[in-house]
Amino acid sequence: MVTFNRFTLTNGLRVLVHEDPATPMAVVNILYDVGARDEDPNQTGFAHLFEHLMFGGSVHVPNYDLPLQRVGGENNAFTNNDITNYYITLPSANLETAFWLESDRMLSLAFSEKSLEIQRNVVCEEFKQRYLDRPYGDMWLRLRPLAYKVHPYRWATIGKELAHIEDAKIQDVKAFFEKHYTPGNAIMVVAGDVTTNRVKQLAEKWFSPIPSRGKYVRKLPAEPRQQEARREVVHADVPLNSLHIAFHGSARSDDPYHAMDLISDMLSQGQSSRLYRRLVKEMQLFSEINAYQVGGLDPNLFVVEGKPSPQVSIETAEEAIWTELEALKNETVEEYELHKVKNRVESTMVFSELAILDKAMNLAYFELLGDANELNSEAKRYLGVSAADIQQQANTLFRKENSSTLIYIANKHAG
Amino acid sequence: MLDRTSPPVYNAIERFNLIKPEHITFANGMEVFVFNAGEQDLVRIEWIFGNVFTEEKQALLNTCACEMLLEGTSSYSSTKIAETVDFHGAFLVPEFGYDRSALSLFTLNKHLAHLLPLAKAVLSDSVFPENELATYTRNSKQKLQVALEKNSFVARRQFNNAVFGQTRYGHVFEIADYDKITREALLALFRQQYTPSNCTLIISGKVTDDVVASLERLFGDDWTDDNKSAPADIAPDFGGHEGRVIVAERKDSLQSAIRLGCLSLQRHHEDFPGMQVVNTLLGGYFGSRLMANIREDKGYTYSIGSGLASLKHRAFFTIASEVGVDMTTATLTEIEREIRLLRDEKVSEEELALVKNYMLGSMLGSLENVFSHADKFKSAYFSGLDLDYYEYYTGVVRNIDADEIHRLANAYLDYDRMVKVVVGRMI
Repeated sequence: MVTFNRFTLTNGLRVLVHEDPATPMAVVNILYDVGARDEDPNQTGFAHLFEHLMFGGSVHVPNYDLPLQRVGGENNAFTNNDITNYYITLPSANLETAFWLESDRMLSLAFSEKSLEIQRNVVCEEFKQRYLDRPYGDMWLRLRPLAYKVHPYRWATIGKELAHIEDAKIQDVKAFFEKHYTPGNAIMVVAGDVTTNRVKQLAEKWFSPIPSRGKYVRKLPAEPRQQEARREVVHADVPLNSLHIAFHGSARSDDPYHAMDLISDMLSQGQSSRLYRRLVKEMQLFSEINAYQVGGLDPNLFVVEGKPSPQVSIETAEEAIWTELEALKNETVEEYELHKVKNRVESTMVFSELAILDKAMNLAYFELLGDANELNSEAKRYLGVSAADIQQQANTLFRKENSSTLIYIANKHAG
Repeated sequence: MLDRTSPPVYNAIERFNLIKPEHITFANGMEVFVFNAGEQDLVRIEWIFGNVFTEEKQALLNTCACEMLLEGTSSYSSTKIAETVDFHGAFLVPEFGYDRSALSLFTLNKHLAHLLPLAKAVLSDSVFPENELATYTRNSKQKLQVALEKNSFVARRQFNNAVFGQTRYGHVFEIADYDKITREALLALFRQQYTPSNCTLIISGKVTDDVVASLERLFGDDWTDDNKSAPADIAPDFGGHEGRVIVAERKDSLQSAIRLGCLSLQRHHEDFPGMQVVNTLLGGYFGSRLMANIREDKGYTYSIGSGLASLKHRAFFTIASEVGVDMTTATLTEIEREIRLLRDEKVSEEELALVKNYMLGSMLGSLENVFSHADKFKSAYFSGLDLDYYEYYTGVVRNIDADEIHRLANAYLDYDRMVKVVVGRMI
């Protein structure tokens, strides 16, 4: 159970407070409701580049990091296809420093040309390090556009190509800020050794003077229903062949989400899971295998991927995966197995209550979904999934005409 | 009018409340430390064993023995182990380190009764079945094959080898070495290493008397040591490889992985906390000189950092980064410049004050929950220290001055004597 208090400032900023006096620290987590899905198709990677620029100085504070480190704090941020999330951890005695820093960059950035130039380079190096210069690093750069033809999930958060980042201009940065970095588009969660009264007082002082600047209304094109199996085969300098199958699944807020999530656990969570047990251990067709749902807010991908063992053909490997997926479609899952994945959900949720940062991020995310209270009924939703729900969801997901298959064929077979 | 230009008043970090463990010794000699705190009904139980090396190049065998702990005992098959752990929503995780191998159990208290007998079987009766060994070997070879394509992985291996030679810390193993692992060797090592007298037990979370009592019954009263004393662990000859430059050209690389560093001080050395301040200044946090220069000013890399690692027999200092290949030489030049600057010029009061506060804040932040208190204890304990070490550490961090930083940088950081490894292209 994660308790909280909630209030909204007149400019639209939503504030949640979770009091946990067991720690000497405080967390300030600000979620901006903007991600790569909100980008112009010709300027992809921009939301993430922008996240880097948020550390390049704001209107009254030339350097963001130094004053925070000076009071014993740390910060970081991440961007994904849906959201951009910034967080600070600091000794609770110095909470006000976080309010000062975060409110100034919500008010306005410094928009420094030098910062833009440097961060373009830094992000290009990140692009190379994570997506280009390692085997299979470009998997998402290939799989997304294969699975999505219309919806902006067709590009990865890092962007479609280096050129989009290299071409970013300071006026684009300003326009992006004006459009998305408004109080009404943000959710702030303050957690740890804090009181709601103190947070209210600090929020009024630092955030209330920020003008509301209107609210961006998202209108994204819906992905049309996929009608045919899709396939891409890449011959690449990778050490081993590799197989990735993506299926269109439900959105985060839709009912079948929890069944879909439990299916991924049945398939590959832990060494007793179906794919690991049968295809890696018993039949020895794969050296590694995994199934997961990507976790997007809009209709989402469910991915099954693995690396076949030496001497196992891609066809055999692919067929073996389909046999397991068909089993989920044709046979009702036993109560024992359903109980097993539900037990895992229960313990994972209790363990996530150990860290104030996890609690703060979860509260912000569920508030974005509609209501932070739902975090506390999440376990109940998983427990409510029945064997029939699992079978029905498996039948919806695992159809050839709902699949996009990406195959890497290794140019040289070593070993 | 709100003044947004001046930072709010801040408070110095005065106190750290470390949780002191309850120390118990079981009848068979096992040392047990209990950290009882927290609201959630869960525990983490860690069985930690000192690595036994009969020969130095055997590090891969130790890794396999640890990673195969869940592959079967005389009473539980690999499948049964996996089912039992997963059904109870638990995590049972073997972890191999330079000096120690550990098995950690994370679980809700209500499932403990089902999991402890399993953990006991794993630690006292693993049998390393031939077929599981074959599967493990095949899959590990494939994983290594993928890892060897990553410049950063290769650079780390080469670096450790250059600093520590063909010893447990530096031994470079190849894909074919997996084929030399035999079941007999695994069993022999298992019998030597996974024994009560070579085990430290750390229990943290909501640890009731019942939890301790069941652990004592299974792992204290009912587990005897065949050979009372673990074989003496003699430090190998690590050799000396100062100043070596190793370049592995990979013509298709977009980035070069860079690693450089040298042997350094261990935690029990009186200069260790001071060197941690030096390390933090140079490359130990986001605002460090290496990050400020090479990422935030030049944009050569996504990340660069340095670290000081204290092992049982030695310690090492290292700087690591992945940079655009065109900037490889320029990055090395900048790293050299930053090290010289630390040796030649005294750090300003302002920068030093910032680093001190940052370090004290991060010390406070590392005590977030009962597990992190246990982790702090382990770092000290396995260096032969106790929790008083943190009094000394925070005292040094609070009081260190520019002269002392200057002395430490000159005594322990010398670019010319560091090993330098570049995997990628030397442009």
